[in-house]
Amino acid sequence: MTVETTGGTQAPAQPADTRQVIRPYGDTTGDGMVQMSFTLPIPAGKRADAAALQLAGKMGLDPASVVHAKPMGPDFTYFIVYGRVGHLIDYASIPVPEERAYPLLSSQEVNLAVRGALNRRLVVVGACIGTDAHTVGIDAILNVKGFAGEKGLEYYREIQVVNMGAQVTVEELVERAKAEDADAVLVSQVVTQKNAHLHNTKQMAAAFHAEYPTAVAAGVGRPLLVVGGPRFDTVTEEDLGVDRIFGKGTTPAEVASYLVHALLPGHAVDDARQAAGEEGEDGR
Amino acid sequence: MAPQGKLDLDPQVVDTARRLAARAAEPIIRMARSHTTVSVERALLRLTGLTGADDEGRPWANHLADAVRDQVGLEHGLALPVWDALLNGPHRTLRELAEAAARGRTSFRLPAGTDAAHAREAASAAARGGMDRIDRRRAERDELLVQLPTPDAADPPRPLVYLIVATGDIYEDIPQAQAAAREGADVVAVIRSTGQSLLDFVPEGATREGYAGTYATQENFRLMRAALDDVSRELGRYVRLTNYASGLCMPEIATLAGLERLDMMLNDCMYGIIFRDINPRRTFIDQRFSRQIHARAGIVINTGEDNYLTTADAVDAAHTVIVSQLLNERFGHEAGLADAQLGLGHAFEINPAIPDSFRLELAHAQLVRELFPGAPLKYMPPTKHMTGNIFAGYLLDAFFNLAGVLTGQSIILIGMMTEGIHTPWLSDRDLALENVRYVRDACGALAEDFMPRPDGMIVQRAKQVLSESVELLERVNDEGLLTAIAEGTFGVTRRPPDGGKGLDGVVERADGYYNPAIEILDGEDPHARHATADSGQEVPA
Repeated sequence: MTVETTGGTQAPAQPADTRQVIRPYGDTTGDGMVQMSFTLPIPAGKRADAAALQLAGKMGLDPASVVHAKPMGPDFTYFIVYGRVGHLIDYASIPVPEERAYPLLSSQEVNLAVRGALNRRLVVVGACIGTDAHTVGIDAILNVKGFAGEKGLEYYREIQVVNMGAQVTVEELVERAKAEDADAVLVSQVVTQKNAHLHNTKQMAAAFHAEYPTAVAAGVGRPLLVVGGPRFDTVTEEDLGVDRIFGKGTTPAEVASYLVHALLPGHAVDDARQAAGEEGEDGR
Repeated sequence: MAPQGKLDLDPQVVDTARRLAARAAEPIIRMARSHTTVSVERALLRLTGLTGADDEGRPWANHLADAVRDQVGLEHGLALPVWDALLNGPHRTLRELAEAAARGRTSFRLPAGTDAAHAREAASAAARGGMDRIDRRRAERDELLVQLPTPDAADPPRPLVYLIVATGDIYEDIPQAQAAAREGADVVAVIRSTGQSLLDFVPEGATREGYAGTYATQENFRLMRAALDDVSRELGRYVRLTNYASGLCMPEIATLAGLERLDMMLNDCMYGIIFRDINPRRTFIDQRFSRQIHARAGIVINTGEDNYLTTADAVDAAHTVIVSQLLNERFGHEAGLADAQLGLGHAFEINPAIPDSFRLELAHAQLVRELFPGAPLKYMPPTKHMTGNIFAGYLLDAFFNLAGVLTGQSIILIGMMTEGIHTPWLSDRDLALENVRYVRDACGALAEDFMPRPDGMIVQRAKQVLSESVELLERVNDEGLLTAIAEGTFGVTRRPPDGGKGLDGVVERADGYYNPAIEILDGEDPHARHATADSGQEVPA
């Protein structure tokens, strides 16, 4: 087995990351070995093993071997399969992923950045506006319970969360944001019938822009406007008049990191990271 | 139960901790006894058999309760206005009355004199009918447990294996739950759809769509219980069913659980407040009623102390678990729950990178075991330090299982190596059960041989956590529990008594408040009929 590399004749001293065409590695360069496991909805036995090998073959494993097959009840079988893949990966053609415009921070870093830069808690007002009663999104971001194993913004000691819940009118939201002197307003929209999510969001943004006519920018003279929901992928921030749209699967840490990035001076994060290093293990 | 006294805990310190917990709970209990909520009142309607919803899914129980509240208020309870309206016709059933009320075609009043006496009598008979059904369900379970014995009844008792299904579709949940039971699950929990705890109504019917879980509905309860009864008979082992009496509809869901013979319900005294931002008063009032129903129905509650360890460091916060368990125990006892119904929760969540992390876990688990010797403790697997490395996760779960066996835990929630990646696949559950079976069988009665060295690290650590718990309870007593919650003592967040969801559903009871369900629950020993049935005597008519 040989590994094809660009230029083909590089000396062995060449650093590994210039190797451009690669295969999986078991115990020998270029052996192409992979492991996988899966379940088939059939009773265990020789016929089931053959079915598993057929699947492995179609997935490009040649040769493949079933090393473990276990019946799970009368109707299912679990397999562990090893095999060799012939596929080559053209590593050179894979672009280096674009970095997020802002770093993903730990809750401790967020807290330290807020404390260092604001010397008060960062105020976030959240709601589901219009007739939308689905608070799943806003609760996932705000509630301590959180989402995907991450705690929500309430968990951040230096973020003060006002969660207004569902079916909040735009007027109520604006009023509350003013009363709380909110740094950011978070709105989630799940229901998309008749594009309600787009209309509601535009209406909300317009109301805030009207209420804060002298605002210079997001966070300067008006709250940062953030909207989230599963069906905003066809529109841009400019279309809606908001500062940021978050899509499906957004985690609380992403939102918290964005708030820090958008509302605090750039050095706040570096200062916080330095302080975090000094302060040690104080996540809350 | 594991042999006691391995930690040489000072009985006086333990007594002090219990006394402090009781004192902290007292004002809350007084408040719960003098208030009602929309959900407590709707629970009476559920108990008396009102089911169904309008075309948009709004339950008739909500329509009827709202109509009465709008016209006469809830401070006297729903019972008198509702049964007065029924007696005066023309509606023959609660359902017809509720439908008419939803159309705005019924007027309610607070009856007086003999009218009130009649309404009271009719409401009381209806509530008695529902309570009898709950009693029959409990007797049914007792009988099944004799016919189809479970590991906790063995000598010595073995832990119950607790496992979760959560597809969102009740008709997918059923075969998965049955498969899990065949592979060794003793308890099946159906996780609820995300956000159900914040709905102020209980959805209706069999449901096939949920978000990361399946809605708790009376029909889903019935379908799953029937399916597990089938598989229990097939296996010769009764398989318990668990759901969630938490959130805004705690009392109604508890009632439905009693009516449909669910066996365990998640029901924590502070979870909804801290983690769901549900109003503290609403939670404590709803909770007392729901625990009274659970006591009557022979349901084991499961408390949620594991959550404190996922939000805070599991070493630093160990004592908050103990404090919450003591409060849960006190609130539970006051509501009539027996020790054998207190499935107090805790978890294996210490960072595995910390030196001696397993010893610390053993210290915590043994401490809980010795503080609550009669409680069916529920031990929960690692979630916070499950990284996506499923192989390392499988190992961590095995250590969790080992800690559970060594310290005599009663209910072991089975850890999934794919925790945090997706809701468990069929194969994830199968591998997880293989893991726990191996540990359980390989260890046998190893708990007998687990004797921590006197004054060794495990004993010292357990004593330290207990003394930190007493200190925290003293602080809670100085401030009052509601103030302590408002100041962020539990979890990490502040929950003021007048904040959170559901406060508008809280009503102070007026003089003459009447709820026949509460009358029965407050006035009777919840276990009286159970005890008579046990001794083989006829239940007196």
